Amino acid sequence: MLPAAAIAWKYVLAGTPEESPNYTMTDHWWSMLIDIPKCIGCGNCVRACAAENDVPEGHFRTWVERYHVTDYDMVNPQVISPDGGKEGFPTVAEDAGKYFFVPKMCNHCADSPCTQVCPVGATFVAPDGVVLVDQTYCLGCAYCVQACPYGCRYIHPEKRVADKCTLCYHRITKGLTTACVENCPTGARQLADLKNPNDPIHAFLKTHHVQVLKPQMATGAKVFYNELDGSVR
Amino acid sequence: MSHFKDTGHLLRFAALFVIAFVMFLVIRHFVVPKTFGEYGHYRGAAIAEIAAKPVKFAGHETCETCHADILSIKAPGKHANVNCEACHGPLAKHADDPSITPPKLDTAVLCIRCHAASAAKPKGFPQVDADQHSGGVPCETCHQPHSPAISAGGAK
Repeated sequence: MLPAAAIAWKYVLAGTPEESPNYTMTDHWWSMLIDIPKCIGCGNCVRACAAENDVPEGHFRTWVERYHVTDYDMVNPQVISPDGGKEGFPTVAEDAGKYFFVPKMCNHCADSPCTQVCPVGATFVAPDGVVLVDQTYCLGCAYCVQACPYGCRYIHPEKRVADKCTLCYHRITKGLTTACVENCPTGARQLADLKNPNDPIHAFLKTHHVQVLKPQMATGAKVFYNELDGSVR
Repeated sequence: MSHFKDTGHLLRFAALFVIAFVMFLVIRHFVVPKTFGEYGHYRGAAIAEIAAKPVKFAGHETCETCHADILSIKAPGKHANVNCEACHGPLAKHADDPSITPPKLDTAVLCIRCHAASAAKPKGFPQVDADQHSGGVPCETCHQPHSPAISAGGAK
């Protein structure tokens, strides 16, 4: 409870207690901004996510991929993600071609394929734009795992139900940011609320080259990548 | 009247349908969760259940309510925007009960996670080859992690 109190206290100190979070779902439309040039591949987000959400070993709600685009083959990059980037990446001595890191996670699609295929109504887009799984209702049929074009879902090895990024729903509804954003040392990840007119995301989207992953699939993905390379799938 | 003389079997059949339909409604009433359909084709109460999970990372705002002194050291330095728990780990339990002490940190592991030299990292990011840079001397001998520039003072 203390973290929520600290957030509220921040607004009281600023003289605007009426703006302290009193969560109403329909007031929000959550998204994430990932700034590729800022990512150093330290794996802090992956570790933080695992600690915050008890992610089982060998599964990932978020992970980091390192791309290596060579000058002689621009469309087939070498991609590595050792243990999801949890312990960082092997160092590279020779600076040949182009390297960059791509943190990946659930895109919290507005028209998500995963929620459309659920036969029992166990996964859904909440009114604030977060794709969630009702684990007491899920049968574990894994249709959604197959339907996600981004590979962001898995079957929990012990609970035998679908599991995925909740955009730290238990944190953002208390006014905190997600575990991955809180622990990113370079600010490469930013939680953004598209319904909040004062969110800095609006200015950012206007002035930067921002893309989503697999736009051709019309999923309504809400994880925005700044300066995403064309070779990223 | 003669048109309806053999309708008994139809009525009995219709009655069966009505009974089955009423049974369906009764069973459905007990089987379908109360909040199913509140917002859409799912159990509305699931949202509140997911939101009720406990927090593990307290968030830097929480840390700063007690540790304002550290905040003033961090603010002018390069690590101003690196949040507390990015290095110190999840400490919501410590925030709830300060008698639970956080684990000691090992700068030999922590610093190098971000600052190990690699051609794959963005060029502007400060990186060192630890062996060449310090020859095994611990980072905090010269750099104070909360404000790492050497001019900001050594270990603290």
